[in-house]
Amino acid sequence: MTDVAVVGYASSPSVRETQGTTNGVEMLVPLFSEVFAETGLRKSEVGFWCSGSSDYLAGRAFSFIAAVDAIGAVPPINESHVEMDAAWAAFEAMVAIRTGEVDTAVVYGFGKSSAGELRKILALQLDPYTLAPLWPDSVSVAALQARAGIDAGAWTEQQMAEVVAASRRKARANPRSQLSGEYTAEELLAQPRFADPLRRHDCAPVTDGAAVLVLAGAERAEDLCERPAWIGGMSHRVETPHLGERDLSTSVSTKAAAADLDIGGVRLAELHAPFSHQEILLRQAIGLDEAVEVNPSGGPLAGNPMFAAGLSRIGEAASRIHDGSADAALAHATSGPALQQNLLCVLRGER
Amino acid sequence: MGEQAAAVIGTGQTRHTTKRHDVSIAGLCREAVDRALADANMDIADIDAVVLGKAPDLFEGVMMPELALSDAIGATGKPMMRVHTAGSVGGSTANVAANLVRSGTHRRVLAIAFEKQSESNAMWALSIAVPFNMPVNAGAGGYFAPHVRSYIRRSGAPEEIGARVAVKDRRNGVRNEFAHLRQPDITLESVQASTMLWDPIRFDETCPSSDGAAAVVITDEHSAGKRAAWIHATAMRTEPTTYSGRDQVNPRAGRDAAAALWRDAGITDPLSEVDVAEIYVPFSWFEPMWLENLGFAEEGKGWVLTEAGETEPTGRLPVNPSGGVLCSNPIGASGMVRFAEAAMQVMGSAGEHQVDGARTALGHAYGGGSQYFSMWLVRSEKP
Repeated sequence: MTDVAVVGYASSPSVRETQGTTNGVEMLVPLFSEVFAETGLRKSEVGFWCSGSSDYLAGRAFSFIAAVDAIGAVPPINESHVEMDAAWAAFEAMVAIRTGEVDTAVVYGFGKSSAGELRKILALQLDPYTLAPLWPDSVSVAALQARAGIDAGAWTEQQMAEVVAASRRKARANPRSQLSGEYTAEELLAQPRFADPLRRHDCAPVTDGAAVLVLAGAERAEDLCERPAWIGGMSHRVETPHLGERDLSTSVSTKAAAADLDIGGVRLAELHAPFSHQEILLRQAIGLDEAVEVNPSGGPLAGNPMFAAGLSRIGEAASRIHDGSADAALAHATSGPALQQNLLCVLRGER
Repeated sequence: MGEQAAAVIGTGQTRHTTKRHDVSIAGLCREAVDRALADANMDIADIDAVVLGKAPDLFEGVMMPELALSDAIGATGKPMMRVHTAGSVGGSTANVAANLVRSGTHRRVLAIAFEKQSESNAMWALSIAVPFNMPVNAGAGGYFAPHVRSYIRRSGAPEEIGARVAVKDRRNGVRNEFAHLRQPDITLESVQASTMLWDPIRFDETCPSSDGAAAVVITDEHSAGKRAAWIHATAMRTEPTTYSGRDQVNPRAGRDAAAALWRDAGITDPLSEVDVAEIYVPFSWFEPMWLENLGFAEEGKGWVLTEAGETEPTGRLPVNPSGGVLCSNPIGASGMVRFAEAAMQVMGSAGEHQVDGARTALGHAYGGGSQYFSMWLVRSEKP
């Protein structure tokens, strides 16, 4: 099968609230212009389009159809959509290129979380008969996981605070971040608890945002990008929905995905951890040692556009290959309550 | 074609009906999955990856239900994807699963699609205001009726063509054990006497609301035995809901998808080379409209095939021998039912509604405002 590379990436600023529609059009239009300018790819040349978004987040059926208006799909396009984080749309696009039928793909994700009450909406991902009627919100579910890890000795509140301090500090260099600043772990630990043991800063902010990624097969990649980020492997798994049947202090799905991949030489990882303890959990599950820099962009704690944040991890990691600052990078995306579903993607500067 | 040959080796569906109160969403899906696996002579442990498709989450009131269903559909511990491309989603889901095999990514993939309309109210889910657009508030029938009127005006088709399609499909449904509506005694007169819902679409020319699920097992050639439906081509196309000059009656996205499909499958004369077609016809008049859009007839002449009886089970191109969407419409699954029925025909497993000697079959689905199209072409012979 043909090799596939990430050759372009753009993301909107992560902000608390945009004035645009929930269809993402206003956020996506400038991003398409940006990736076309960056790669030199023309819209008419794009072999396949694939997006990730959620009708429940948008509060209406078929919100992804209106998002197609951001493309200008006349003449008609070869297009598909996943009701998942757009990292999985990138997976579908990579698969489409591997069939040999198309040689380029544009992938996008968007989410306007400000349109509703995110933590409550996400409760509707739980079992509709036994769990969702109790409305366990996403922050409370994550808090159960944080507590399980503390009790198991997998992490401490001090370590969680250090993750947040590092994210805020790194985010200062990222002009698209929503939250940044200089804090010490002690300052953060002095804050009151929000959903025990989580403090507000342990939770990713509610964000409106979008991201666009361009993929190309071996024949086209080097025309479109000076230093393509070659996909060394992309693997994903899902776990049982029953929280009580999972060991929440680790991630068996991430471990299984990691076992499929060669992560040798990886010194940089972008992890889709919307809660501070999940960054530690994922580091442990993947087996990343202290030498690996995690979330140089600031990561989801600095801005977490739903359905785009996982795709952004791939884009941010690819950008470090593109600019030559890394030779190998790992990206992670998640979906579902308490890291139920996880995807890993290895990117390399060499084929 | 992709680098690897891919084939359907098992299909399964539920008995489609208005309300399946005896099963949960998980139970409904599992029924189709178990039947597809049994048909493929496989166990869930043999499956490498699972792809689930369904129409809007608002139809059941569950956000991304595949997450809560992962145990029931056998996805736990495996790669799982969720596709949503409006009404074409059942077909798109099968195409995504086919690509997983054709690309060499996975060897044995389970694709499943469902809709349990009785859990919620589709009319409500479809009527939420769209920014910058006048609300239609009429559901799908009200949306598509003007397209049908326009087709009749443009083609000069006789008034009873729609009723003829309804009679054929509902009688076909009698021979399909999974069909929701079965009307052995239906006649042209009874259809024409039924209530006018959205002029010119009458009650008997309208699909039902169904609870139902469908599943297919797609594998590479190492796992496929003699009884297989080989996937010779897949195609998907999308166009915007509105744009200047858009032809909603004969949308370009559908024409482009069909042209790509015939090209990739090496078909130059679809009417002669395709033995049976399962086409997404939710309102009777869409049979002649899609016959033209797909290239089985020239523009304005689709109704001639219908009128001449060529789309009957004994005709030149049997269309919807299963009874089609007019008999069963579990929305998110309806496209996969079309794709699965096409596979069943070339595998010779369509039972009482089997078309004799079917070796080449089309599965077709569309969605949105006639703007999302997915299709595949399957054959009993390997590519």
